[in-house]
Amino acid sequence: MLAETLRARRQEREILLMTHIVMGYPSFDASLRVVEAMVEAGVEIMELQIPFSEPIADGPVILHANQGSLQAGSTVERCLTFGEEVARRFDIPFLLMSYYNILFKYGVEAFAQRMAEAGLAGAIVPDLPPEEAGDYLAAMAAHDLATVFIFSPNTSDERMARIAAVAQGLVYCVARKGVTGADTAFSDELDAYLARCRTATDLPLALGFGVKDRADVDFLRGRVDLAVIGTQTIRVMEEQGVDAIKPFIEGLRS
Amino acid sequence: MPERGYYGQFGGSFIPEILVATFDELIQAFEEAKADPGFWKAYETLMGSYSCRPTPLSYAENLTEHFGGARIYIKREDLNHTGAHKANNVMGQGLLVKRMGKSRVIAETGAGQHGVATATMAAKFGFDCTIYMGEVDVQRQRPNVFWMERLGATVVPVTEGTRILKDAINEAFRDWVTNMDDTHYALGTACGPHPFPEMVTWFQSIIGQEARGQVLKETGRLPTRVYACVGGGSNAMGVFSGFLDDDVELVGVEAGGRGLDTGAHAARLASRDASLGVAQGYKTYFLQDDDGQMRETHSVAAGLDYVGVSPILSHLKESGRVRFAAATDQEVVDALSLTIRKEGLIPALESAHGFVQAFKEAPELSRDDVILINQSGRGDKDIFTVADAFDDPNWRQFIRDKAEEYDAR
Repeated sequence: MLAETLRARRQEREILLMTHIVMGYPSFDASLRVVEAMVEAGVEIMELQIPFSEPIADGPVILHANQGSLQAGSTVERCLTFGEEVARRFDIPFLLMSYYNILFKYGVEAFAQRMAEAGLAGAIVPDLPPEEAGDYLAAMAAHDLATVFIFSPNTSDERMARIAAVAQGLVYCVARKGVTGADTAFSDELDAYLARCRTATDLPLALGFGVKDRADVDFLRGRVDLAVIGTQTIRVMEEQGVDAIKPFIEGLRS
Repeated sequence: MPERGYYGQFGGSFIPEILVATFDELIQAFEEAKADPGFWKAYETLMGSYSCRPTPLSYAENLTEHFGGARIYIKREDLNHTGAHKANNVMGQGLLVKRMGKSRVIAETGAGQHGVATATMAAKFGFDCTIYMGEVDVQRQRPNVFWMERLGATVVPVTEGTRILKDAINEAFRDWVTNMDDTHYALGTACGPHPFPEMVTWFQSIIGQEARGQVLKETGRLPTRVYACVGGGSNAMGVFSGFLDDDVELVGVEAGGRGLDTGAHAARLASRDASLGVAQGYKTYFLQDDDGQMRETHSVAAGLDYVGVSPILSHLKESGRVRFAAATDQEVVDALSLTIRKEGLIPALESAHGFVQAFKEAPELSRDDVILINQSGRGDKDIFTVADAFDDPNWRQFIRDKAEEYDAR
């Protein structure tokens, strides 16, 4: 379902945008205004991160946002309510992103059911490789939710095929080693990796980690289906305020 | 597909995709080393010539008289080079790093013991070295930071999260996902994703192998009970490994902090406060809230101040093979004081947790019984922490005078 939606949007635009927020950072009011600005600026899909105390795959900016949200009193229940609110109000697909312990403690089946009731499209769980994902895959499938998995530059072809077999909606291609937010050198060297990703799956490909400006997005046109803007929008919000988000996102493709 | 290291329902490998290839490489190197008898031989030779293996077994005659029950024996891991059992794991992983052809090691450290041990290994083998240490621990363990830096390591104070051991582990993982091509993460305890729990236990099992033979030789029988403190669980797994198949009761002692009913402790298996979860790459009991966010922990001993525990120990608790208890900060200071006075031995604050439970139980056993305590590290090098724990007025004055001396320069 999600894949079809994205493919349809891809007929209209050469490159789609997926953006990211940490829910409740700096407040749920601010999060709502950011989502509104991003949707108005035309993003095609969003990741909503439920903060976790130990976000090992995230760099300093998103790490601080996780901590800031938790210090402000965010709970998993409040995040799910927020997800439901925006999914009902805005006509784009929303993915939940979090670490596996959040789903595990909630109960994986209960979590999937809650996501489906909330109108969310699927989830990304960066510390849950397919080998550990049996319960998660069953629960997500039972509720028609997309299971987004990750390719990395050192994922072998054989492993890409195994991941693709359980991936739904889209595949998130990590541009490089490291954590979120550091610079990525966008060059032709990515082409061989992206060609391997393309061979491994028919699903839309999203590329993330270090995508920060229009030049990066331009580079990705024709190479992948979606550009993922994560850390950079948090930086823009922290440095220039929520009102700067809409022009920033619009400027990525205009 | 490589085996993913489950012990009952505990363990596994919950890692970001970018690290999967690195773990596959590590698992392969470890399996090859295990299958190569020459590797263990080289490890024993190294530990015999560079550390102090086999470490002695000491009969604590005065403590035995004092309690009037079981005969008390102490396994002297404090006599390892760098002052703790941490050296066993680190030197073993150093040999693996050489096999893998990597040139840089990184590690987390709580009390600083594992950091000093890793920096020492890096100096000996010629590796670059970066140690991640929570800002809180940097402040309370400056002497260890001093030695790590002298040994050539870069010590990075971690200012994220609760700024203690678990946060240092997160930062080490963030370094590793960026630099895995030339870097090995020498995790310091029997936690984390597979193969770390098994691999660290394997290197530490040298403690239990030696201790079993030594107790048999010395007393003509196996111990009735074996006591070890439990932070991540590496010294406990090390000594327990020697007795798993014997009719020997194994007792793990966790940090009871200010008391189990205060919430200010780090008892994952001895309290009811922990629950099953997945963090830092593995599934075990964690001290966490209902949402799955990790809680703050407390212990007088930085090395036990950790939210998770070895998945192997969680399994051994569930199967009933290992019994768990907790010792409060005050009990630890009292047991340490008694051990120093009676035996002239100075266990680390971490190790003293094991002594507390042994002292509680020794009087109820008979002179025919033998109990074994693993003294995982030495306390004299942690003089700042120990002096604070004893609240020693003369030490405080000395520090004040020393500060004035520096100010006057």
